[in-house]
Amino acid sequence: MVDNHFFTTALDEEGELLAVSTSTGFLERAPDSPEVAKRFADLHPGFAPVSAVIEANRCLYCFDAPCTVACPTHIDVPKFIKKIASGNLEGSARTILEANILGASCARACPVQVLCEGSCVMHRNNERPIEIGRLQRFAMDALHASGDPLPFSPGEETGKSVALIGGGPASLACAAELRRRGIRAEIFDARPLPGGLNTYGIAEYKLPLIESLHEIDMLAQLGVTFHFDTTVDAAKLALLEAQFDAVFLGVGLGTIHKLGVANEDRGGVTNALDFIAGYKSGAITMVPKKVAVIGGGNTAIDAANAAVRLGAEEVHMIYRRGPQQMSAFAFEYEHAKQEGVRFHFHVTPVGLVGEDRVEALKLAQLETSVDSSLVPKLEEGSELAVDLVVLAIGQGTHTSFLDGDKVQLDKGRIVVNRVNGQTSYPKFFAGGDCINGGREVVDAVADGKRAGIGIAAWLEVAHANA
Amino acid sequence: MPTLETTFAGIRCMNPFWLASAPPTNCGEQIMRAFDAGWGGAVWKTIGAPITNVSSRYSSIDWNGQRMMGLNNIELISDRPIEVNLREIAEVKKRYPKHVVIASLMVESKRETWHDIVQRAEDAGADGLELNFGCPHGMSERGMGSAVGQVPEYCERITAWVKEKARTPVIVKLTPNISDVRIPARAAKAGGADALSAINTINSITSIDLDTLEPRPNVDGKSSHGGYCGPAVKPIALNMVQQVMSDPLAALPMSGIGGIASWQDAAEFILLGSGTVQVCTAAMHYGYRIVEDMGDGLLAWMRRKGYETLGDFRGHSLPNVREWKNLNLNFKVVAHIHETKCIGCDLCYTACWDGAHQCIHLDRALPAEDVTRTPYEITAASRSVISMTPIPKLDAHNATDHGPHATPLARIPRVDEEHCVGCNLCSLVCPVPECITMERRDTGLPPETWEERVAKGAATETIAVTANPNL
Repeated sequence: MVDNHFFTTALDEEGELLAVSTSTGFLERAPDSPEVAKRFADLHPGFAPVSAVIEANRCLYCFDAPCTVACPTHIDVPKFIKKIASGNLEGSARTILEANILGASCARACPVQVLCEGSCVMHRNNERPIEIGRLQRFAMDALHASGDPLPFSPGEETGKSVALIGGGPASLACAAELRRRGIRAEIFDARPLPGGLNTYGIAEYKLPLIESLHEIDMLAQLGVTFHFDTTVDAAKLALLEAQFDAVFLGVGLGTIHKLGVANEDRGGVTNALDFIAGYKSGAITMVPKKVAVIGGGNTAIDAANAAVRLGAEEVHMIYRRGPQQMSAFAFEYEHAKQEGVRFHFHVTPVGLVGEDRVEALKLAQLETSVDSSLVPKLEEGSELAVDLVVLAIGQGTHTSFLDGDKVQLDKGRIVVNRVNGQTSYPKFFAGGDCINGGREVVDAVADGKRAGIGIAAWLEVAHANA
Repeated sequence: MPTLETTFAGIRCMNPFWLASAPPTNCGEQIMRAFDAGWGGAVWKTIGAPITNVSSRYSSIDWNGQRMMGLNNIELISDRPIEVNLREIAEVKKRYPKHVVIASLMVESKRETWHDIVQRAEDAGADGLELNFGCPHGMSERGMGSAVGQVPEYCERITAWVKEKARTPVIVKLTPNISDVRIPARAAKAGGADALSAINTINSITSIDLDTLEPRPNVDGKSSHGGYCGPAVKPIALNMVQQVMSDPLAALPMSGIGGIASWQDAAEFILLGSGTVQVCTAAMHYGYRIVEDMGDGLLAWMRRKGYETLGDFRGHSLPNVREWKNLNLNFKVVAHIHETKCIGCDLCYTACWDGAHQCIHLDRALPAEDVTRTPYEITAASRSVISMTPIPKLDAHNATDHGPHATPLARIPRVDEEHCVGCNLCSLVCPVPECITMERRDTGLPPETWEERVAKGAATETIAVTANPNL
């Protein structure tokens, strides 16, 4: 347990009460990097008030709106948009927050093109969907600028308590539901700041770290307790299980896969998550001239764009299949091309060149064999001079600390009842990347919300039966 | 080639577009610029004993992001000396002899005073006179404006006084702030008026400042009811023009006024019998330049319709406005949703359920028709769906199932034609042109009006009950 001076109540390893925080204090510990702020200016700047009202007035106010259905948290989109049009910004923000306690982050980080805006009926009317994401941000920014707290109060204390493992969006959303129902919520996170990938993993031009922390600071005022720099292993989990009425697992995914070639631990090789967290927290402020990112997902795109903005002269993306097969969203691919990222398709790294540090990547052309697996054609290899290699070839799972017999897993993912987030072990609930395989912030929030409501209902039944 | 040239109560007009008596016609310099922009005529800002105005004077209603759907004002008649206005009328007429200048007049209700102002206005060169019996604020408290227009006897008497003196056509401008506009119109005609203009502005309070609780326009914390105009009043004006023009005791050459801003508006007023149209709010909003498209658009429409002159269609819609009792009760239309155009907003569904007769249903994707599901049940079902961000590598089985696509069948509503009363509401709320059309259905019955039905001695209430699809 660290940073004891922040805390007023918490339990130590032996279950003794320790001093813990009333004021969360983490906002003051946020890194301040003007250089990063300058290089990662808003990709989609907020609306000016006049523009927001004009855009809000375009909304048709659909019945059973497809945008609301598409949103994993089912934000009542026409309702909050009409409140912007009417000048009721307080009500607009509350409408968003009632469905999605991280409405500010999601407004910026959501891939709206494949969610709310993707389902907007205006595509079929005048081909311009309502800019729902920016309108949501407008309402949330107005709330934040007002200095008002969240428009919710903690419920009357029930005496029940829940430990939440991992401080990402799933746990935060779950904690908010618990607090609104008078259930104590204590979050245990391995990092020094809360928010998980919401704080450390989203491209800064979409969601600045400080915005994530600000939002969590507001949420924490519902009475959520944080334990930072706290890794939960099997022994710790057993302890928490004994001390709390329920446990929520919001542990996300594990580390990024290795490439599987010789010498990849040498200097100049890193992974996308560490790279993105590094620049967002101010630890990385510049990159060498030539950067290669291996992978074809959204995280790979974020890393490549970051490398451009951090000053790389050449940024290469190395992907083993074609552009159609990239798991990155189409709009992310387009964005990366605009940033100047160079794409290399149907190639794979087969070796690293360099003594102490990487100097070049050995690439091989890939061809698809009869069983549709990819086979490198080593005779058609090439070398690409690079100073930094960033791996973004998918994350493993992080569930080995769970007793496999107790909690049912599927390919490392925790199996839950999607309606209430309950695992096969009734006292454990779970949500976010660790159950859904790695999706968006909004999916984690939806999982956490359902689990928070599910835990409260389960505790109520358990209490009634006791 | 069609022409916009016309003659109104004997006054030759190069086009039917006149600026109404209001701030855009305050002075000669403005009116000359307006003529340069294409206006065929201008009714001078009402001339009378100079007054003192208040500050501020205007207030408006915005709607859905659009400014000035309705405008009100508490400005009085011209605050310039009579001699200045008359001198400028003479100057304008000298420079623009073919353009129409009408002097709008308002003086105290004395015969000699009216005779005097009529003489002076005509001596200045005005092509006609408009008697302002309509201004609803301020002047009415002094026994002028709508205080005259609201009393048929005054209307008739003053019109007659003016006609004793006038050599040019006399237009009486009517106030809408009265229960039956035909009564003062008949009085004006009885008094010898050559023409009418309608409508003047409508009594209104446009808004209250929710911070100060003070009404607008704000004059030192207070306000007064003002005259309402702009697009919002057009339907009221059309109705009043039609009422007057369909009444043989009232009908005279009509200069239509009220919310006119486009060639379509102008065409509608002409179809209900107007010989010219007067415009104010639109010119105050966008300037004199709007007249260009009013003329251009009207000529293009006339070409499409095969009309050579305004007379070819003037008043042609009047016979189509009837009293309700003369409408065919056996005419039936039902809503038809063109599914290829439907974008799935389902505004028609919610409008029909909450605002009409519950005969549009969202059951096309269900195994069988289900008219029992309420809007609440449909919404609740949607909110319980577990939606996820589509991630191609995780959702290989439906990797293409995201982003914009055709309207799903479940969101294309179905009209229950048997129960549809043909109210039009769905087609009015539908944002897509031509997506919902009202289709005629043959009832197999000959046309029959309510009046005819009563005349036959039929038990109308019984028929009403048995023929009502919603019972």
